Amino acid sequence: METKNFDYKNIPGWGLDIDERNEPTYPMKNYTGDDHKRSDYEKPPKQPVDVEILKSTERPEVSAVFGNASPPSGLSGMIRRYAFKHSEDRYRHWIPLILADRINAWEGIIEDFRSGIIPNIPAERGWKSEMKYNRAELTKKILVTGVISLVLLSYLTRKKR
Amino acid sequence: MLAMNYRGPYRVRTEQRPMPEILHPEDAIVRVTRTCICGSDLHLYHGMVPDTRVGSTFGHEFIGVIEEIGPLVTNVKIGDQVLVPFNIACGRCNFCKQGLYGNCHESNAMATAVGGIFGYSHTAGGFNGGQAEYVRVPYANVGPTVIPPDMDPDDAVLLTDVVPTGYQAAEMGGIKEGDTVVVFGAGPIGIMAARCAWFFGAARVIVIDHIDYRLEFARNYAKCEAYNFKSMEDPVVFLKKITDWYGADVCIDCVGCEAEGNALQTFTGKITLMQAGAATALQWAINSVKKGGIVSVVGVYGPPFNYVPIGNVLNKGITLRANQASVKRLLPKLIEHVQAGRLDPKGLITHKVPLEEISDAYHIFSAKLDECIKVVLIPSTKS
Repeated sequence: METKNFDYKNIPGWGLDIDERNEPTYPMKNYTGDDHKRSDYEKPPKQPVDVEILKSTERPEVSAVFGNASPPSGLSGMIRRYAFKHSEDRYRHWIPLILADRINAWEGIIEDFRSGIIPNIPAERGWKSEMKYNRAELTKKILVTGVISLVLLSYLTRKKR
Repeated sequence: MLAMNYRGPYRVRTEQRPMPEILHPEDAIVRVTRTCICGSDLHLYHGMVPDTRVGSTFGHEFIGVIEEIGPLVTNVKIGDQVLVPFNIACGRCNFCKQGLYGNCHESNAMATAVGGIFGYSHTAGGFNGGQAEYVRVPYANVGPTVIPPDMDPDDAVLLTDVVPTGYQAAEMGGIKEGDTVVVFGAGPIGIMAARCAWFFGAARVIVIDHIDYRLEFARNYAKCEAYNFKSMEDPVVFLKKITDWYGADVCIDCVGCEAEGNALQTFTGKITLMQAGAATALQWAINSVKKGGIVSVVGVYGPPFNYVPIGNVLNKGITLRANQASVKRLLPKLIEHVQAGRLDPKGLITHKVPLEEISDAYHIFSAKLDECIKVVLIPSTKS
């Protein structure tokens, strides 16, 4: 049914029960009725698109400003490009993104080595503060990991013999 | 410049990075003088938010000095000391015009489910954040607010997120005089929500968490009751019992996707990621509120989906209200509360750490070491 030019205000009873106070979003929202203008508003100037931006399929164009941190690259970038072919409603959008994030962490380590950086993973994980404030727990973790490793190692070497 | 660099779950470091540039005529470059780690940054740090890319700089709570402005910036000038709301808002779209600055339509190309936020993954726009010496601030005519000269910078930095989010959590609760309000979560936001609930006329404010030092902090800071859910068999029954078997008038979820307390939620939400985090607090809020009550949600969840008892929302006639805080809308009122001495934001700060020690700062906050409530990072360029 075409409703765009339909004069709905002639429907018997139209608008009789309008209650301006029935606005559950108040006071977060200062309701002005502008929602009915949809995307008709003064548009800000556009930031030039000079990096690869993966745009949501739920909007017609890139927003006026956007972030340029970490453009997609490598295998994780390929997965992200696939994810962005699907709407935010789809599992096939979000689950590949989570997978891409995990792969990206490994790519980061490879990238570090390529750039001549040996990543200090314990330092990045804040082990200095763990040593300072949680030494007993850290010692326990190290001991448990050590014992499990020894048991595994002795099991594997016994099998070989 | 020195900036935080995310390397993967539980791994961050600082390193030298290129200076941010003006990329849009309404941009400004801010030299950061204070920046915080937010509880919601921990969701990024733990790898819970989709499209959090290695190499990103986090940080959406920061203040600083305007160093450079684009040709169309007129509301702030070079040298102004500003606090920068965590939402990136154009001020022109029909959401911004109605005060929904957290839902701007012109600040996030990557998702329509959330507006642009500084340093909060590509799902929130892919902007680098303020845990750095310098940061690019888009729409500088809208967000940055000049800090009143008599305001302590430690108070100002908490006005960028913690105070407005806590306040709006209480505001969305629609608290009426005499109401009983239950706040889930005794992190900085939960403590602030509990404190702000009194502004709206609450008669009883109860905080639920499982970390004793935080509960004690909440009791002292927010003048509320505080209970450890690990000491009770069933928190929902406990809350029903202490509200005359009626339920709270208002429940506020200030926990979000990394809640503890329910094995199934933890397994599906945190271990196997079969849902967007463990929605335990929201489940408890829905089940603890009275029939016809209001549940206010400011705890952060990922965008995909969560298991919550939506049938109870219907059958109990619950009003569910949620949003990212509209910082710009709330700032005038909150600045007044701070200046009048009614709110003491800096009282939440327990740790001040040089930006260079960001790995340890994240770990201390994440692992809740050294009775940590709130961490402020100080870049070496602060003076």
